[in-house]
Amino acid sequence: MNDISASIVRCDAAAKISGRAAYVADLSIDGILHAKTVRSTIANGTILDIVIPPLPEGVVIVDHTDIPGENGVKIIFKEMPVFAETEVKYIGEPILLVCGPDKAVVEKIARKIVVTYKEEPGVFAWTTSKSHYAYQKGDPDHAFKTAARIHTETFETGYQEQAYIEPQGMIGYPEAAGKITLVGSMQCPYYVKNAVLGVIACDDDGIRVIQAETGGAFGGKEEFPSLTGAQIAVAVKKTGKPVSLIYERTEDVEVTTKRHPSKITLSAALDADFRVIGLKARVGLDAGAYLGLSGVVLSRSLIAATGAYTIAHLSVEGDAYCTNTVPTGAFRGFGAPQMFYAIEQLMGHLAALAGLDPVAYKRRHLARKNDLTSTQGVFRDPILLPAMIDTVLQRSDYKRKIRAFAKDDAWKGIGLSVFFHGCGFTGSGEATHIKARVRLEKDADDHVIVRIAAVDMGQGSSTALAKIVAGVLERPVATVHVPHPDTDTSPDSGPTVASRTTMIVGGLLARCAANLKEAWVDGMVQTAEERYVQPAFITWDEEAFKGDAYPAYSWGVTAVEVEVDKRTCAVTLKGVWSCYDVGKTIDAILAEGQADGGVTQGIAYGYLENMEIKDGRLKQRNLTDYVIPTASDVCPTDTVFVDNPFAYGPYGAKGLGELTLIGGAPAVTAAIENAIKRRITRIPATPETILELIEHGQD
Amino acid sequence: MARIEFTLNREPVVYEGDAARRLIDVIRDDFGLKGTKEGCGEGECGACSVLVDRAVVPSCLYPVANVAGRAVVTIEDFRNTKRYQVLQTAFLEEGAVQCGFCTPGMIIAAEALLSKDPHPTAEEITIGLSGNLCRCTGYNMIIRAILRAAKDGDGLW
Repeated sequence: MNDISASIVRCDAAAKISGRAAYVADLSIDGILHAKTVRSTIANGTILDIVIPPLPEGVVIVDHTDIPGENGVKIIFKEMPVFAETEVKYIGEPILLVCGPDKAVVEKIARKIVVTYKEEPGVFAWTTSKSHYAYQKGDPDHAFKTAARIHTETFETGYQEQAYIEPQGMIGYPEAAGKITLVGSMQCPYYVKNAVLGVIACDDDGIRVIQAETGGAFGGKEEFPSLTGAQIAVAVKKTGKPVSLIYERTEDVEVTTKRHPSKITLSAALDADFRVIGLKARVGLDAGAYLGLSGVVLSRSLIAATGAYTIAHLSVEGDAYCTNTVPTGAFRGFGAPQMFYAIEQLMGHLAALAGLDPVAYKRRHLARKNDLTSTQGVFRDPILLPAMIDTVLQRSDYKRKIRAFAKDDAWKGIGLSVFFHGCGFTGSGEATHIKARVRLEKDADDHVIVRIAAVDMGQGSSTALAKIVAGVLERPVATVHVPHPDTDTSPDSGPTVASRTTMIVGGLLARCAANLKEAWVDGMVQTAEERYVQPAFITWDEEAFKGDAYPAYSWGVTAVEVEVDKRTCAVTLKGVWSCYDVGKTIDAILAEGQADGGVTQGIAYGYLENMEIKDGRLKQRNLTDYVIPTASDVCPTDTVFVDNPFAYGPYGAKGLGELTLIGGAPAVTAAIENAIKRRITRIPATPETILELIEHGQD
Repeated sequence: MARIEFTLNREPVVYEGDAARRLIDVIRDDFGLKGTKEGCGEGECGACSVLVDRAVVPSCLYPVANVAGRAVVTIEDFRNTKRYQVLQTAFLEEGAVQCGFCTPGMIIAAEALLSKDPHPTAEEITIGLSGNLCRCTGYNMIIRAILRAAKDGDGLW
């Protein structure tokens, strides 16, 4: 059989290149109404009055009074209203929709609506914890009592905007018997459906959700479309007409979820040899006005507290705080990038304290097979980090460069990060919450349709999953089709999140395809179904935060070389080298695309992408102010994938999508530190930050 | 109410309406050409790139009045050319497409770049693409695709 990693041309690419692929804004429906959201202009207060100008024929206002069911968007809880009633909690909170046939008229009406408020002082300090977790391993008190020395530092990270190039969009239309269909740009069709059911108060077959071609998501279209889906469903219910809600960029940046700002204090207990024997971690995340997924994001941060290292004694706690700011949420890495930034920085600083090269120091602490994880689960599979570090050192010429840069008059630097990503939902989530199901349908022409809820948002899952199914069936890939999910025809294989699509959904499809192959009769219509069964070895105690947090771990090593301009303090990337263990790549080019795109986002998180907020108002509200990398900001990347097949993954595959982002920020930050000989404790390390460090920073 | 004559995808057309309307809205809403995408509405992302007299412009910042008497080409027409075929093959083979929302604009930008310089260096490509944002790929695979198209399409530009 051919190697599954050998690349094929992705199945959706030609339609996308030629402009034929239809994204949600490209769909046209006769008689559609355009919707515009009227939002809170204050961070905290109550609505006293809403004055609506005379409405032209055909223009309709949709607000909380039109909601047939509950005014709460189910994410984990239902605390976020579909439309504000009296309270508003952040600038941009939706109050009502103006819907009408003429977009310009709708926008004009929306601008003329006057909302008066009783304003309260906004809460922006991190004082109100809405989610708290804590766990321990070993005997941290003893480790800190007996330590030769204790080193404590606090690290801070800023917002990061997903900046998918296609803004959020949702269309809804009525069907027979009161049924409402929603078509949108999204990661999780069943999240949208389940959120809307309670809002419309209808039976399970009253709502149908279809994923449109999705122009990037990166977590930003995980939970947010549940809100727009609910709003549009209410508008369709009220008007009986098709309604479209397409965000403009500024609105998208202002009101959609982003990566949580964090503040992480780490204390390391060191023995006389400078080895870390104990670690205390205290994590704070800014959840914004509503908790949303923040508790889950927090738990992933906390589980990553020790980074890629084994530390015997551990005390970890954290809180997600609600403030009167835009809600934060899912973003590629989901809490791990903040923690890995902090622990990698700490390890680098501890190495300096010990007078050792940071890579040599990190090597002394690397997690190994059969070690206990931070939560006292077991790393059951081989960990190839020592060889992966060697690969990156050799390909980047790290050792020569770090010596040469020390003597160089220019500000040149190189840094290396080591990291992992836990694949799939945390703990027993797959078995208790998701319970994924997949179905294969074979037609009389022996073509196979893959019925799943996993979406291709650009990462190439439809191609990767078609390859897995075709590979197991030993049929041509062209005979396997992965249509966009539609909740009326696709079983719930779970959300497209948590680096679970290839490993979990692909694993189920491989088993399903094996069953279909067994029963295969040429020319006969056949179906096969499969549902998730948790491997028996996984044990997880949610209350105690104890056991196997993930069924598998993907690992990475990234090195970044930079030069910092002595005059402007601008950072130029000179080289990026990475080595990843994702078990087995399902397609070499798709994997390289995930690697390149992920590391670019991760590096930019560390030095380029800057979003600030003052009194609940974001200072960067569009792609002119919020700078993401252009072609001129990147440099060539060098990527190596090592095979380390995971027994429960399809063809040995583990998770890929999020891993590649995680090492970027710590590697570029270490490189900048190496260049400017100053310690960085806050990202992004913008030129302003660097200048400040040069003038006042610590060596 | 303005009357503006221009050629759109090699056909003479007449637009009657507000002269200040954005070219992207005229292309997408009046002529139904949905291959031109709106990513930012402020000329930063390049997803809305079209050719006006062979030069790449962001159609979201371009009032329709500015195309009077000029030739506008969108992806819907460019995709019928040999040059497009070479670019498409190169984008397919080099993995230059992920979510695809920036891609038609990238193709238009690549056409404008190669028209000016049929054999650009990687460095010149990064400059030529600096008005087109891609959030998925990190650009390297797109740069490789354009280098490949320049080589495979030698003589076409």
